[in-house]
Amino acid sequence: MSDIKAVERPLSPHLTIYKPMLTMLMSIAHRITGFGLYFGTLLLAWWLLAAASGPNAYAGIGSFMSSFIGRIVLFGYTWALMHHMLGGIRHLMWDTGHGFGEHEREWLAIATIVGSIGLTIVIWIVGYLFVGGAR
Amino acid sequence: MTSTFGMRTPLGRVRGLGAARTGTQHFWLQRLTAVANIPLVIAFVFIVISLLGRNHAFVQQTLGSPLVAIIMLLLILSVTTHMRIGMQVIIEDYVHGEGAKLLFLIANTFFAIAIALASAFALLMLCFKV
Repeated sequence: MSDIKAVERPLSPHLTIYKPMLTMLMSIAHRITGFGLYFGTLLLAWWLLAAASGPNAYAGIGSFMSSFIGRIVLFGYTWALMHHMLGGIRHLMWDTGHGFGEHEREWLAIATIVGSIGLTIVIWIVGYLFVGGAR
Repeated sequence: MTSTFGMRTPLGRVRGLGAARTGTQHFWLQRLTAVANIPLVIAFVFIVISLLGRNHAFVQQTLGSPLVAIIMLLLILSVTTHMRIGMQVIIEDYVHGEGAKLLFLIANTFFAIAIALASAFALLMLCFKV
């Protein structure tokens, strides 16, 4: 019968061999932001439970969210949400078979990072303008 | 007839469910919830902005109003489903021990359901003013 000695097969190139590319960084960022948003839902549940529990509990989460650390967390949360959403739209586009071209995928990667930072800043500017209702 | 699927039964081939017996269900649910998340997250951002710095009574009234509560409930349903299957992929990619993988997969489902139920319960409390 056939000889069953190990055959020298080509190894799949490993992560460490690649020079960091923008498309690759966006792929990693998509996973990390998804991972972060997963635990970020704790904030959402906390916020809703506090609102349902009464004015004291709501004041508690309010003082945390408006503190310096709270604002940093919320800013990061906003960016992660926007980045994951734009990255997700890119993935949905890829699902239809579009956007795989050499220039398209680079352009999409840049659009994702620029778009997510831009949207985050816009949301925060609008947020600060509307704190406590339109004036 | 004998092709790459030569070892599979005709029934298995027709069903197209593969070794895990769920076919494209995971893939499809990920995309379905992804599409749903886009308008829901945009609405969520507007809801949060409209409630920034407002007192408890205003927040209670807004979150308890039918339109906002329904959007929030849909968001919670879609997001927790999406994040559960997303985290499942991360666990399957990086946790290789069978025991640890099983524990993480169980914890993942528990976490997603706990978040979904707690959030939905809080919203219903706000709706029914209890």
